[in-house]
Amino acid sequence: MSRPAQTEKFKNPVVQWIDERLPVFTMLIKEYGVFPMPKNANYFWSFGGMAMLMLIIMIVSGIVLAMNYTPHTSMAFDSVERIMRDVNYGWLLRYIHMNGASFFFIAVYIHIMRGLYFGSYKKPRELLWIIGVVIFLLMMATAFMGYALPWSQMSGWGVTVITSLFAKFPLVGDGIVTWLWGGFSVDNPTLNRFFALHFLLPFVLLGVVFIHVWALHITGSNNPAGIEPKSEKDTLPFHPYFTSKDGFAVVVFLIVYLGTVFFAPLALTEFDHFKSYDSMVTPPHIVPEWYFLPFYAILKSFVFDFTVILSLLAMGGLVAGFPAAYVFFKGDVKKRNLAFKALGALLAVLVTITLLALVTADLENPSAAAYLKVVIIPAALQGVLAMFGSILLLVVLPWLDSSPVKSARYRPIYKKCLLVLLVSFLVLGYTGAQLPEGWPVIAGQIATVYYFAHFLVILPYLSRKEKTLPLPNSIHEDSCSASKGK
Amino acid sequence: MDSNKKHQPAGETRRDFLYLTAGAMGAVAAGSAVWPLVDSMNPAADTLALASTEINVSSVQPGQTITVVWRGKPVFVHRRSAEEISEVRAEPWQDLRDPQSDQSRVKAGHDEWLVLLGVCTHLGCIPMGSKVTDVKGDYNGWFCPCHGSHYDKSGRIRKGPAPTNLAVPPYEFVSDSLIRIG
Repeated sequence: MSRPAQTEKFKNPVVQWIDERLPVFTMLIKEYGVFPMPKNANYFWSFGGMAMLMLIIMIVSGIVLAMNYTPHTSMAFDSVERIMRDVNYGWLLRYIHMNGASFFFIAVYIHIMRGLYFGSYKKPRELLWIIGVVIFLLMMATAFMGYALPWSQMSGWGVTVITSLFAKFPLVGDGIVTWLWGGFSVDNPTLNRFFALHFLLPFVLLGVVFIHVWALHITGSNNPAGIEPKSEKDTLPFHPYFTSKDGFAVVVFLIVYLGTVFFAPLALTEFDHFKSYDSMVTPPHIVPEWYFLPFYAILKSFVFDFTVILSLLAMGGLVAGFPAAYVFFKGDVKKRNLAFKALGALLAVLVTITLLALVTADLENPSAAAYLKVVIIPAALQGVLAMFGSILLLVVLPWLDSSPVKSARYRPIYKKCLLVLLVSFLVLGYTGAQLPEGWPVIAGQIATVYYFAHFLVILPYLSRKEKTLPLPNSIHEDSCSASKGK
Repeated sequence: MDSNKKHQPAGETRRDFLYLTAGAMGAVAAGSAVWPLVDSMNPAADTLALASTEINVSSVQPGQTITVVWRGKPVFVHRRSAEEISEVRAEPWQDLRDPQSDQSRVKAGHDEWLVLLGVCTHLGCIPMGSKVTDVKGDYNGWFCPCHGSHYDKSGRIRKGPAPTNLAVPPYEFVSDSLIRIG
């Protein structure tokens, strides 16, 4: 935080002596004392701090658990059981850690939803948002590796299913999976490296969170009105106004979290997590932890292979697109040329991958019908790409939604679309846990289509066409009218 | 001096060339320093040493399946009776999801032996059907309990979400009763 070094004067000579040499106290006062917060920030602005608290709880409980854990296939499950039965307070530490992961994700999901609703990803906070997406990805990787460590049936088979996703990539897939496993199946080398990485990544996470907070303190917090502070009347110092507000929110959050730890510690756990891993017997129903379910559902929503015949149909559509674009952009040569270029590029990509698939096809009985059925992009690969894409999409969100109005309060249509997105996400969370057959598949597919349409079609369209409501003149005006019960 | 001219902004200078070559050497050095770290995560020598396994199949009776472990994964070795073979070969295979003839899935001259990697091609679960008491699915071969994929007596996918047939691991007959897998 490049500020003039020491600016504060302290009465305590020791504090003053330290601060002259390393201005930590000056920094603390700047960033957490007088730091100006928009005074209308509501309780949704407390979840970032809660996520930070959860990260610290996870690191502290994780380190003491690691002191009693053995990352070896023959001892891992037993060492976790020993923690539960013999280690002093081992049960408490493990339940805090296990449920902590869930509550970390709860805090972060609400934090992300807050960002979506109030437009916290928009200028000037784009980079802050992107760093947040990196944090989310790191969290997912860390949680996934942590799930492997108890070496239960769910651990081993969850790792098998998820790492096998990489095998769906053409040519390099099998090599990647062997490299991830360090062998030809999920075994001791896999467990060892997962432990090493599960220990390392939280500290990487801490570093990235620091950068996230740093970027936040450059732009300042967004607020429910989605307008930037203009005068001193719009803000309040972080301490004591928001330290006390966040403090209260944290206490409520901790009551729910610790209530779960003490009274329903296994509410979010599958029973197959209590059987030691057996590489010869698959549990009948493998599901990831709840916080991965929506993305798992997106993965499972893709059930049709993209074959040569479909590719030919798509090519036909693209070719038909040329005259259509010619008519549609009649008045605008620039846009027409752009449309032509886009169509041409898509066509080139399609032709290339189709030819590649045809050349590499290994048919036992070649015939025209067999060639038409050659698979270009298998359903499973589509699912993998969509799953990763659904998160990476958030990186470009600030540019997909270019509406100058941040808060959904003043965007009536966006508000409704966001609600549909939330419902879709919850539907995906439900269908992700169901067997891939019957109506949950269709519900999941509809929700998947909406998820992508929301970001790729609706947002770019809305940001140009939506009629927004008038914004308040200032945060001060907004919070005054709110307190009058407007 | 001439060199003064070469420092003019127009065109490339010797310094640009030096930057480029030094950068290239730096990239090579970084790459070769990182490679041992990356490669250390690949299968180690002791893991590779387990890459092949030999099994004596002389005691396996027709109709019986044994499961052996190869590279940490189950391999089904099934000895088929003459009726099973003729039954599975009588069916047309060209229109299956993953069209393969039964002949191409076994070794010529050892037609009674079916050797399969016991890993469902959908999401890596282990199909049932190797034990007498197991559910064998609609095609009397193997059935994956995870998401309901049905495989026939040749290990070919017939119904359910799996995209391809059960894989045949690389193997050879050392003698009539000894199979080396891997």
